[in-house]
Amino acid sequence: MSEITQEQVAHLANLARIALTPHEIESLTNELGSIVDNVAKVSEVATADVPATSHPIPLQNVYRDDVPGTTLTTEQALAGAPDHDGSRFRVTAILGEEQ
Amino acid sequence: MATAKLMDFDKALELFEPVLGFEVHVELSTKTKMFSDAPNFFGGEPNTNITPVDLGLPGSLPVVNGEAVRYSISLGLALGCSIAPSSRFARKNYFYPDLAKNYQISQFDEPIAFGGSVDVELPDGRMFTVPIERAHMEEDAGKLTHVGGATGRIQGAEYSLVDYNRAGVPLVEIVTDIIYGAEADAPELAKAYVATIRDIVVALGISEARMERGNLRCDANISLRPRTAPGEPPAPLGTRTETKNVNSLRSVERAIRYEIQRQAQILADGGTITQETRHWHEDTGTTSAGRPKSDADDYRYFPEPDLLPVVPSAELIEELRAALPEPPAARRRRLKQEWGFTDLEFQDVQNAGLLVEVTSTVEAGASPQAARKWWSGEISRIANARSAEPSSLVSPSDVAALVALIDNGALNDRLARQVLEGVIDGEGTPQEVVDARGLAVVSDDGALIAAIDEALAAQPDVLAKIKDGKVQAAGAVIGAVMKAMKGQADAARVRELVLERAAAS
Repeated sequence: MSEITQEQVAHLANLARIALTPHEIESLTNELGSIVDNVAKVSEVATADVPATSHPIPLQNVYRDDVPGTTLTTEQALAGAPDHDGSRFRVTAILGEEQ
Repeated sequence: MATAKLMDFDKALELFEPVLGFEVHVELSTKTKMFSDAPNFFGGEPNTNITPVDLGLPGSLPVVNGEAVRYSISLGLALGCSIAPSSRFARKNYFYPDLAKNYQISQFDEPIAFGGSVDVELPDGRMFTVPIERAHMEEDAGKLTHVGGATGRIQGAEYSLVDYNRAGVPLVEIVTDIIYGAEADAPELAKAYVATIRDIVVALGISEARMERGNLRCDANISLRPRTAPGEPPAPLGTRTETKNVNSLRSVERAIRYEIQRQAQILADGGTITQETRHWHEDTGTTSAGRPKSDADDYRYFPEPDLLPVVPSAELIEELRAALPEPPAARRRRLKQEWGFTDLEFQDVQNAGLLVEVTSTVEAGASPQAARKWWSGEISRIANARSAEPSSLVSPSDVAALVALIDNGALNDRLARQVLEGVIDGEGTPQEVVDARGLAVVSDDGALIAAIDEALAAQPDVLAKIKDGKVQAAGAVIGAVMKAMKGQADAARVRELVLERAAAS
């Protein structure tokens, strides 16, 4: 059985800015637990001489030439912004008062 | 904000050993960003140098800038690091609007370069080896402007404005190992280390490395541990603080000195150090508490699924290694010898940050001593008076041109200083200033001889002394001639002619 705890799930939810009810935390703890258990089975057969897969397609060194391309106009850039001042994105206060 | 109590620096060093660590971010001067083909340029109109990748728009995909990878490998090699046969990118997850994706693409468990060291020269010439843990590639974040609140600071701001022009600019973050043994040199070492990194990236040509523009940024970690009696095991490491916003060489030195004094006082008073980031304030020369380390520092790194591993060939690594410039410390030793400077002369130039200027001036044709004299002398004096950097006032080629005008007798030192002022005030090249202001020395011997004969005739007693072999008496005549010529004569030539005319009369 995995060692995923409800505290860990609540912590992750907080970091990911997802509001969960106690009931959801409980059921997710169980679900994540079985996922971790299943992944652990793969570790049992992956011996030291099997390198970790970092990407499903075996490609590497895919680079772009250092040549400037087309940029968005400021209007395009701001088109999807909830709020802006004409040239910059406007976001709500980031921190509260200094403590 | 209460002013922190500070312990005397020497006393702090008696009681505690400072332990250091630095994270230096270097913005690479590629033409485009790390993962998008937007121009690597910011400071212009907000949100003009961005693509869908830089905004993290749905469906956009990052592609690695190959030139940035080559720059990073070169830097890793110059830091004496091993280059990873395979490295990969990782997502560093956090919620903060300086990046629109809610993560920064960085490297975590597989940095491109690791395990190096850098030889750093202290102001008195001693060498100190700084161990390098790693150097990894990542992207810079956008620029936030906090609006409202009392001081434009983030605390108490009503809202913030975001410019993403800088988002995605290629960065290399250089992380040192824990640095022991700096002792009382800790502040100077910090400054010398950052200066060395700057020299290296400038020599490699991979960064503008202008600290005041944020091309090169230093986060300074420092902790103190109490000294133990000889024979006893060392005390465990103390809690560290990380000072950010240190954006000049001088500030690096001051910030380390301040934190040593601040932490020592707290510890001596029986207090504890809070593990936190601290912000450096250039104006007051102090640090203030920023965000404490917390649960939110759990970045949940995982391999970036949109990017492929970076697997540089051995041939590429060797090609870049072969192209490495001379290490700055070795280069300085060579230049000092080639220029024939004394230790003091060379240290003056170096400590004034004029090495690049003098080198370029010598390359442009001036003699090393003349280049040193002008940069350390008149140009530094004017820079001081105007609170400017000497390098921002005049170009090395103009200084070399000025020296050439002196060498060929067109200017004497006094006139050259006037010409220099003209150049600094934007009146053109030295020759243009000479022409426009009519400052050339009188090289027409006829005009000089006429003035000399007149001066000799007016001072017959002096003439008699000169004829008597008392050549130092010539000074009075030379003075009169220089005055008549309004200073625009070569004093050495006037002296020659005075002696000639006196002998002939």
